[in-house]
Amino acid sequence: MEALIRLFAFSALAAIGLILLFIARETLGIVSAHDISRAATGTTALEVYGAEDDVAAEVYNPEVELPQRPSESVAEHLTPSANPSLVQNLLGTTWQPVSSQPKYGLLPLIVGSLKATLIALLFAVPIGILAAIYAAFFAPAWLRETIKPIVELLAGFPSVVIGFFCLMVVASATQNLLGTTFRLNALVAGIGLAIASLPIVFTITEDSFTNLPRQLWEAGLALGAQPWQVVAKILVPAATPGLFAAALLAFGRVFGETMIVLMASGNAPLLSWSPVEPVRTMAATIGAEMGEVVWGSLHYSILFLIGFLLFVVTFTLNIIAEFWIRQRLLRRFRGLTT
Amino acid sequence: MALQSPLEPKIRTFELNVYYGYKHALQDVTVDIYPNRVTAFIGPSGCGKSTFLRALNRMNELIPNARTSGRVEIDGINIYDPGIDVVQVRRRVGMVFQQSVPFPKSIYENVAFGLRLNGKLPKAELDELVEKSLRQAALWDEVKDRLHHSALELSGGQQQRLCIARAIAVNPEILLMDEPCSALDPISTAKIEELIEELKQNYTIVLVTHNIQQAARISDYTGFFYLGRLVEYNRTRELFTNPQKRETEDYITGRFG
Repeated sequence: MEALIRLFAFSALAAIGLILLFIARETLGIVSAHDISRAATGTTALEVYGAEDDVAAEVYNPEVELPQRPSESVAEHLTPSANPSLVQNLLGTTWQPVSSQPKYGLLPLIVGSLKATLIALLFAVPIGILAAIYAAFFAPAWLRETIKPIVELLAGFPSVVIGFFCLMVVASATQNLLGTTFRLNALVAGIGLAIASLPIVFTITEDSFTNLPRQLWEAGLALGAQPWQVVAKILVPAATPGLFAAALLAFGRVFGETMIVLMASGNAPLLSWSPVEPVRTMAATIGAEMGEVVWGSLHYSILFLIGFLLFVVTFTLNIIAEFWIRQRLLRRFRGLTT
Repeated sequence: MALQSPLEPKIRTFELNVYYGYKHALQDVTVDIYPNRVTAFIGPSGCGKSTFLRALNRMNELIPNARTSGRVEIDGINIYDPGIDVVQVRRRVGMVFQQSVPFPKSIYENVAFGLRLNGKLPKAELDELVEKSLRQAALWDEVKDRLHHSALELSGGQQQRLCIARAIAVNPEILLMDEPCSALDPISTAKIEELIEELKQNYTIVLVTHNIQQAARISDYTGFFYLGRLVEYNRTRELFTNPQKRETEDYITGRFG
């Protein structure tokens, strides 16, 4: 029996590892595809490629077997003259992967993801934390027992339903209210993402509040403090690591969300910080384009690169949550100032 | 239970009853508590002594389903009257808990917390009051060089004295102590007991303890609770040398408990 449990545990770990390996392997196609394209251009193009050779050398791993696919298909898809430098291309400001001169600029996608995420967190974090404060400290018991399951139910909502709701209702409402030019935009997507991440923020903050020793609450009140003073000056500072963890987890959830943004963001890869213009996020790009991309092409590899970036961001956030928050903030907020 | 005393009672309870749901935790407790004295309440676990203590600053209200009836008069005013502000009651009646619960802040901030509740104080005045409270709690010499370190670095006994300092900083008239030494080693316990003896010059102290010897050592009056009732209440010496009730005698001689 124990062996069975262990088997399941390890298979879960193995699945995560394999997914990462798969994504990384498919991403490495960039290097090989690029290598081939350089070979195809012949010696005349070498001067142009020179600048990016250093960068490629860092990524390039001689131990990896390079051409795993028929080189023709890759070379076919790349018009070498349109591809002055892959790295420059990736850092460009235009995402037009299927034009005659494909442009793979990731910046609009990264900015789009960050923009939609920040808007979502701007809504979800304050509302979630305030709702958790109310539920944990001020709501009567019967109300708390009602609010908690309902909000947690929201976590199981299919994101396609939230996306549909934003598409039909929120988009019209915000347009009527703000008179925006574009019906679908970052704000609408952000509201949808906020709805999706609100239960995470609420549940984790509520838990970190209820995990505080009950005596803190009593000791504060026994000193003749008003309940809000105890909450604001003792309990919220004491639970700060939990609040940060909630915000970070919500960030991870929102950053990787696909369906809501695909439906409600307008999906135009514009490089802009305006909240009322359409955006295209990294996850939505993969979702929209993976179905139609030529297998093994540079475009295909770059979609995996985007996936790899998403993975790295989420992974880094978890590391930060684990070490920085738990170690540093915990000490700081316990009053250890030295 | 009224006693012959030259003092005017500080706290008087009349037919105080507390229910937790259907449990009748405190039954018809009528007692007078005198100022500048240490009054101890003893009894086996679950006898209602902590419930009684928490009724004196309306802390029972924080427990869901708790209900209180009867009167608790402090200086002749019933603190359960509808017009009474519970926050004002708790400012006058400080409390120290069984488990020391320093706030997760620095030592200084712990003591300053109560002082800041009524608005900003000048830094110099705040410093002075913090020092005074820590001195009164016999903690100043041990912490004066690390006031801005975390209160959680202190030992258990120091934490408990910090909680006392925090409680007396807001200058209450009455100090309730709910088994303040039960989690402490004998040396820390001795320090706290010494402190209680000193504090009674300025405060009315009500102490709940399951330690019969402690009650005998430091209190002036002792009450014995059993099954939610105040069985006997008297001057400490008389209660221990000449108990009137059978249960009291059995308990203080260690026949049960």
